[in-house]
Amino acid sequence: MRKNNTPPSGAKPMSKPKMNFSVLGRLVKLLFGFYPVLVPLTGVCILFSAVVSSLPPIFMQNVIAAIERWFESGDWGSAKAEILPYLAVLVVLYALSLASLITYTQLSAYITQGFLSKMRIRMFSSMQNLPIRYFDTHAHGDIMSHYTNDIDTLRMLVSQTLPQLLQSGMIISVVLSIMIYYCGWLTILVLAGVASMILVSKKVGGGSAKYFVRQQKSVGKTEGFIQEMMNGQKVVKVFCHEEESEAAFDEINDALYEDSRRANSFANMLGPIIMNIGNILYVLVALVGGLLLIGNVPNLSLSGKALSISIVIPFLNMTKQFTGNINQLSQQINSVAMAMAGASRIFALMDEKPETDEGYVTLVNATVAEDGTITESDARTGTWAWKHPHGDGTLTYTLLRGDVRLNGVDFAYEEGKQILHDVSVYAEPGQKVAFVGATGAGKTTITNLINRYYDIADGKIRYDGININKIKKADLRRSLGIVLQETNLFSGTVMENIRYGRLDATDEDCIAAAKLSGADDFISRLPDGYNTMLKNNASNLSQGQRQLIAIARAAVADPPVMIMDEATSSIDTRTEAIVQRGMDKLMEGRTVFVIAHRLSTIMNADVIMVLDHGRIIERGNHETLLKEHGTYYQLYTGAFELE
Amino acid sequence: MFKTLAKSIREFKTPSIITPILIIGEVVIECLIPYIIANLINDIKAGCDFSTILTNGGIMALLAVLSLSFGAAAAITASKASAGFARNLRHDLFYKIQTYSFDNIDKFSSSSLVTRMTTDVSYVQMSYMMIIRTAIRSPFMFIFAIIMAYTMGGALSTIFVVAVPILAFGLFFIARKAMPAFTRLFRKYDRLNESIEENVMAMRAVKGFVREEYEKEKFTEASDEIRRDFTRAERIVAFNNPLMQICLQLIMIFVLYFGSKLIVTSSGSYIDVGQLSAMLTYGMQILMSLMMLSMIYVMITMSAESARRIVEVLNEEPTLKNPENPVTEVKDGSIHFENVSFKYSRRAEKYALSDIDLHIRSGETVGIIGGTGSSKSTLVQLISRLYDATEGVIRVGGVDVREYDMNVLRDSVSVVLQKNVLFAGTVKENLRWGNKNATDEELEEACRLAQADAFIKAFPDGYDTHIEQGGTNVSGGQKQRLCIARALLKRPMILILDDSTSAVDTKTDALIRRGLKEFIPETTKIIIAQRVASVEDADKILVMDGGRIVAQGTHEELLKSSPIYFEVYTQQTKGGRENA
Repeated sequence: MRKNNTPPSGAKPMSKPKMNFSVLGRLVKLLFGFYPVLVPLTGVCILFSAVVSSLPPIFMQNVIAAIERWFESGDWGSAKAEILPYLAVLVVLYALSLASLITYTQLSAYITQGFLSKMRIRMFSSMQNLPIRYFDTHAHGDIMSHYTNDIDTLRMLVSQTLPQLLQSGMIISVVLSIMIYYCGWLTILVLAGVASMILVSKKVGGGSAKYFVRQQKSVGKTEGFIQEMMNGQKVVKVFCHEEESEAAFDEINDALYEDSRRANSFANMLGPIIMNIGNILYVLVALVGGLLLIGNVPNLSLSGKALSISIVIPFLNMTKQFTGNINQLSQQINSVAMAMAGASRIFALMDEKPETDEGYVTLVNATVAEDGTITESDARTGTWAWKHPHGDGTLTYTLLRGDVRLNGVDFAYEEGKQILHDVSVYAEPGQKVAFVGATGAGKTTITNLINRYYDIADGKIRYDGININKIKKADLRRSLGIVLQETNLFSGTVMENIRYGRLDATDEDCIAAAKLSGADDFISRLPDGYNTMLKNNASNLSQGQRQLIAIARAAVADPPVMIMDEATSSIDTRTEAIVQRGMDKLMEGRTVFVIAHRLSTIMNADVIMVLDHGRIIERGNHETLLKEHGTYYQLYTGAFELE
Repeated sequence: MFKTLAKSIREFKTPSIITPILIIGEVVIECLIPYIIANLINDIKAGCDFSTILTNGGIMALLAVLSLSFGAAAAITASKASAGFARNLRHDLFYKIQTYSFDNIDKFSSSSLVTRMTTDVSYVQMSYMMIIRTAIRSPFMFIFAIIMAYTMGGALSTIFVVAVPILAFGLFFIARKAMPAFTRLFRKYDRLNESIEENVMAMRAVKGFVREEYEKEKFTEASDEIRRDFTRAERIVAFNNPLMQICLQLIMIFVLYFGSKLIVTSSGSYIDVGQLSAMLTYGMQILMSLMMLSMIYVMITMSAESARRIVEVLNEEPTLKNPENPVTEVKDGSIHFENVSFKYSRRAEKYALSDIDLHIRSGETVGIIGGTGSSKSTLVQLISRLYDATEGVIRVGGVDVREYDMNVLRDSVSVVLQKNVLFAGTVKENLRWGNKNATDEELEEACRLAQADAFIKAFPDGYDTHIEQGGTNVSGGQKQRLCIARALLKRPMILILDDSTSAVDTKTDALIRRGLKEFIPETTKIIIAQRVASVEDADKILVMDGGRIVAQGTHEELLKSSPIYFEVYTQQTKGGRENA
């Protein structure tokens, strides 16, 4: 499969991951679990065709023996009678082995793809259940490489390495048995030759590994440089800096060439070396065989047969087959090691602890009778209520209003590095609560806690009077709309992206939401309007336009509480005013948390909290805060920089 | 396409030519070895004395050593040739891209240029190595093995007339059938991975909207579809192996039967037992070379796409070129737009700029205000000829910008881009982009003007502080101020700040503007800003909307004459800025 960082050579870098056989065991177990019938069937077919492909030397030995017997007389008729039965058996065996070969190659294609798909899906499913903390603490590139590089190593393992191991292992044992059966002396010679072969390839392989590691480093460096320069190409142009960057590039590029040349030289040499050691071993077997024949040395064999030309010749072929398969086997070791490293990374992701949810309070559609009693409803009523089962088996319903209270909240992402200290915020339904403060003051952290991306260390957060730890996460989040500064849209049409907020929204609902959030204007001017395809995180739109779509997406979900974290930072102030008007209309009677670094965005908030190093240092509305002549005042008059 | 690529081989022509020659040598020896082995076997069978066996064994060992030397030498030259070719390709690509105009860069996008210079070059390097090693090896192996088989086995080699076409046709058929499917599938697979990346990046949105199950369903469906398609294609390819097997088996049975018949009937005079096993070896060699050829075919087809993408970059003509007798001096900082209209591509229907008539005197300060997409940035990028106007003329210092030497023009017109970047290196190194000969004093002076000196000195390493790639270790406001300082070091006649102080607080912003006014009064300054406060004391303010200048004048004039300006102003100051 195409991956992004293939080393520029046919050979793989021979990093030395630890052999962890329990991982291999788990993989094989999974494989059997996915295909309990097909996998053993494939194995049997592989073994069968391996046995058949190691038998020809026996037939050859017999045919040559027959030739030898009738050679002097030239009596083809008698020879034919002797040879034909052997060939007939061989034809039958061949037919069977061909059938099993076809079966196993077809099955293997099917199983490999199925296995990969199932692994991908499992990995993806486990990933969806991981807490946000996982994504915040792992680089996206690393997560992605599980799906590209690591899955790739599994493909190699299942489609090639495992069948190859089985096959070569089988052939080697069958051939070895035949060799011992025929002649012990020659077998010892072959084994000695194979040992020297392994030794040499280890030496050369080691040299190549050293340079491959270097090459990888060079590749990384070159790619880093290219990436930086291509991203800054416009700056290069503006500063007429072309020649300097060319010179810098040449230096790095030349270093990569040197390393790549060396690494590939070693890797390419391995093939001819192994092959010719095989050739020399072949000569040795011929010479020693000849010597044994001439010298009439008593044979050492299981068969008890005397050494003859009809044994030496097939033995030569077996030598080739034996060394060839040893070679095959040794090549697989590297890929087994790589697959195990890849698999253990994949398993690490799958074994990652999922987001826990011990909540039991759920959000239901409700109708409110005139006397104020709340009854649950199956249909969408537009009114929502928290369904709260109690220990004694009773149920209470609380109307969803959007009243959020933080009480003495402490929080730390990492132990010992407390971010929030004793934060208390009261947001009543319909209020707009704003947070201001420098980067790292803890603004975003507060919103992370309200929708439980992270759990608080101390204190309480109550939603409509219910501790949010008791609310099922899915229901809690459904009642909160979020719009973040980093807007991430999905590949698909504009309409689909807006509908992401509420999957059963009609086109009209989506367009209405877009109108409300001020996005309709530019969307309808796009070439395909609402059907315009967005790709690569909507790179064809401006950041401001992406934010508008994200706001429309949240608007269509129509949540009672909205969190806007720098949601309008990339929208110009004129458009923002339009958005604000729409949002105000949308959020009438609902609670909004706003984080913004542009003060004009938050000036009309009911409450403004000024955060500093995780503490609320000032609170009030615009007017009262200005009168206090504190931090907010300084920010407003420009005496302070917010970054 | 190959012509363009071949130009990058240059000094690596020698190893590129030597490699196939060495490989041919290796192939000849490899085809001789079975012949010697056959003799060896016959010697043993005939019960020859040990010295004859030793002679043939010696020849064989010698051949093995020779083959080893050829092989090893070819390994070295092939690696040199392919690594060198890749080096030259990267070099040519990089140099070519340096000649690109903004237009060209926009066309490819920087991420696609990165892929072309890295992944695509790797693929071409691999293919090139394959071509000079295996693509020569296989046909020669095929021919020599057939010649040897015929010379030695005579009538026995007729089996190849049957086996070779079967395999060749089969392999070709499989490759033809599976290849297009695979190219399509790889793209699909890339898209699947892109969708995973999208999901990972948008995880907060996924969880916020409780769409985990929805995402799982979507992914399962996509993954399953890919599995089905891949399985279908893989199952076609899976016939390669049995096909090869059936040909080998045919040869084996044929050679065993007719071979023994020939030996027995001719009493070993036509062929002997030794030739029997040699025929099998040749059969293997012939079939393997066909197999390799089909692999090369697949490999080359797969990398052809990469090659195409590389050639695309190499053949792209820079859209902007220096005039023949360029003007090499910019007289003053005056700017004139005369009936200028601009669109980004000839095919675009909408003009990004229409009917711009604008006259700026040298030394003036001009502010530009306008909503997102009003083409403010486009307007200023025409001044230093980062793009050419579609219609009309732009004059700087009284001369049409197209008549200047581009470097001269760009050194006189300094643009601080909106999407600006710092590069990995020290603060000093970054600043010296503006002027590589600047003294430390000059650096500090520029930084003082850009209000950057104080925070730089507060860094533990001061001006030698290392900036990470992309400037990630300084704040947005600091980055912007460093970029301004870097632009100031050019001592330009025209300085353009494209939304360059958006992350800087208002007070510092004002200080920067005051500094510019006091210390470089003769420089023409153009300031694009979101904040009215950043432009209100300019000599002239332009209000842009939909690619047109809808109003121009001073702050006071515009408050009266331009409803847009008035709206923006009141929006930004409502709530009593007077109090402040």
